[in-house]
Amino acid sequence: MSQRQIIQVFEQYQKSRFQFVQTVADLALRPQNIEILQNAGVMSLLRPLMLDVVPSIQQTAALALGRLADHSDDLAEAVVKEDILPQLVQSLGSQNRFYKKAAAFVLRSVAKHSPELSQAVVVSGGVDALVLCLEEFDPGVKEAAAWALGYIARHNASLSQSVVDAGAVPLLVLCLLEPEMALKRIAASTLSDISKHTPELAQTVVDVGAIAHLAQMILNPDAKLKRQVFSALSQISKHSVSLAEMVIEADIFPAAVACLKDQDDYVRKNVTTLMREVVKHTPELSQVIVNCGGMAAVIDYLGECRGNLRLPGIMMLGYVAAHSENLAMAVILSKGVPQLALCLSEEHEHHIKAATAWTIGQIGHHTPEHAKAVATSDLLIKLLELYMDASSSEDLQAKCKKALKSILQKCTYLPGLEPLLYDVPSNILKYVVCQFSKVLPNDSKARRLFVTSGGLKKVQEIDAEPGSSLQEHINAINSCFPEEIVRYYSPGYSEVLLQRLENYQPA
Amino acid sequence: MAELLKIKSEVEEFKKEYFYRNSQAEENRQREYQAANRIQSWFRACKVRAYLSHLHKKAIIIQRIWRGFTARARFRQMVKAAYFIMKMNFYEEMAIRIQRRWRGFFVRKYIHNYYARKSYLEGLSRKNELVRMELAELELLQKRERDCVEMVKEQTAKVYQAHRLHHLLSTKQCPGVFNSPFRPAPHEMELLLRQVKYQAPARLDSRGRACLMGMLGPTAPSFPRTLGSQWIKTTGTCCSSKPILPPISSKKQQGLFREPGEVWEQRMLCPDLTLRLQTSYTHLEEAQNQLRHKYIRLPTGKL
Repeated sequence: MSQRQIIQVFEQYQKSRFQFVQTVADLALRPQNIEILQNAGVMSLLRPLMLDVVPSIQQTAALALGRLADHSDDLAEAVVKEDILPQLVQSLGSQNRFYKKAAAFVLRSVAKHSPELSQAVVVSGGVDALVLCLEEFDPGVKEAAAWALGYIARHNASLSQSVVDAGAVPLLVLCLLEPEMALKRIAASTLSDISKHTPELAQTVVDVGAIAHLAQMILNPDAKLKRQVFSALSQISKHSVSLAEMVIEADIFPAAVACLKDQDDYVRKNVTTLMREVVKHTPELSQVIVNCGGMAAVIDYLGECRGNLRLPGIMMLGYVAAHSENLAMAVILSKGVPQLALCLSEEHEHHIKAATAWTIGQIGHHTPEHAKAVATSDLLIKLLELYMDASSSEDLQAKCKKALKSILQKCTYLPGLEPLLYDVPSNILKYVVCQFSKVLPNDSKARRLFVTSGGLKKVQEIDAEPGSSLQEHINAINSCFPEEIVRYYSPGYSEVLLQRLENYQPA
Repeated sequence: MAELLKIKSEVEEFKKEYFYRNSQAEENRQREYQAANRIQSWFRACKVRAYLSHLHKKAIIIQRIWRGFTARARFRQMVKAAYFIMKMNFYEEMAIRIQRRWRGFFVRKYIHNYYARKSYLEGLSRKNELVRMELAELELLQKRERDCVEMVKEQTAKVYQAHRLHHLLSTKQCPGVFNSPFRPAPHEMELLLRQVKYQAPARLDSRGRACLMGMLGPTAPSFPRTLGSQWIKTTGTCCSSKPILPPISSKKQQGLFREPGEVWEQRMLCPDLTLRLQTSYTHLEEAQNQLRHKYIRLPTGKL
């Protein structure tokens, strides 16, 4: 046997190993193959190949493993059980960049599924190794590492804290400054995942100076980057007043409003979410956004989108209106109420309707002027319908009732209140009649209208328990009219008159 | 003797009389004593009563004067208090009047200023109109940009096709496919084919683009590159790799939430590098150089 022949055997073995790994990696791309591969025992075969002498085989094996783990929860658990993670983590520090990328991919696809699996990655020291990868020069490696860190940090606060403890945040902020768009995107999304859990984590992200760098990328033409940037900013600002003030101080506001006209739906949604998170803290912060015209833009945005995309916009209007009567007036002046009425009639999902009802309640509960604005767009009747509708969810009914109650207690616009006298449950009727009893003694024109439109007749037909507050309000209304009129409209008066006619003896 | 007798009888008489009288007196003694007693008791009672009534009269005088004195003193006190209360009521009423005016003025002027609120709301609606208009403009601009990109893409595809179909150009002798003699004018593809120069396919890519750009010049709609300039100028460069921060001092601050210094610091803050990063890129080579110097120095030290 010559030397050449001996070498050939080895070459052939290497070639076939490579081919096997390559084929498995290709097969693992399709989700329908996964189960067959799993049954064929692919895990135990891939594991020794991870320790292969040839780097390209190692790398492809890792890729195949990553794809398998990506598709199913069970396989990700199998990766953890087979003790592949320590090995991967160890080689993350030493191998070439292609291998690092593949290994980070495996870690990412394992961590993606559940907090327990992420915890397993953390326990095996994966976070430290990934942070080391962030210092690499190759943008692809950085991207893969940042992505994996994002998936780990996404699950809960303690995992996120372990990512922060490993020192990932400054490096992620540096990644934001890289020229590669993909890396920027992933870094922004990871920062968003880290800062979403607790105020402390958000504070660490802010302390590193992430806000200024994120704020610079608002006008980037790349839509996906903008999505992540706005989501990160909103996750930071949602925790506390001081963080929200930090975000506002980065001068994002008139520019962010322009992004409400972006082509991408999710950019618009994230901008609205950011506004909602900022606005909910204090009246001053809301004032800043209202003053830069953000509210008009959001109201326009509500008209342009459907479904769940509307939810943050609706809630933002509610938060703004809840702060003070001036801000609520600003919502009304920006033509927010008709838009909300449209939302209420167009949307089918109950939680969106509930949010809309809440917002309407927040707008209308300040002064009679606000209540009138709500009543003139026929929202009271719509709210009542939703409240009476048996198919409405419990939350929606509660929100509708609360909104109705708070608006009715302020409403003095009688033409809007009159339809509510008919077919209304007594717990709502109480408030309606109470408003009439307050207004009628002081307004003679309204008294006249009340009689001619049949309201008085309706009031006489209400049978209230004696001594209840409803009865008191009815008595207060009756005392505003001459006794004959009241008696005339009382039910059964015609019989009484006929009785008198029979008893009458002409002199 | 008669005389004696007479005297004797008289003595006898006298004795009898004396006895009679004594017995009489003895008989009346009890009664008289009681009478005297009664007269005396009456008299003494009269005296004591007169004295007592005298004392009463004097006591009444004393009480009258004392009560009058205290009552007058108390009344004086009451009048004083009533006067004080009246005065305080008056002062308070006046104070309320002043405070009412002042508070009304203050609140109307500074807190619920109707005119300020009205002008604020008017300003807000104007601002809203403005923002809506600007956003509509921006949207139009973005749409135009997208259209432009689309058109460029389409044109590129057309030119590429023209390159591929360049052999279908009509010659003097024979009209091409796109130049049917039965049509009044040649097909537009024919015109494009005439404009495009034939290149060898290998080099087509680089020069074809340049040719396209030259050709597009006049036809492309003039599109302002500075998209929505008012929005762009707020945050300087956005996609540069270096951290060039926007000049802050030149424009006005947005809010008054934080101290300007703090905001500036936040803006200029760059993440401090970890220990691993703080070793420089050429650290290894420097270390090697240092070692080499040491080794070079050592032999010289020996010498």
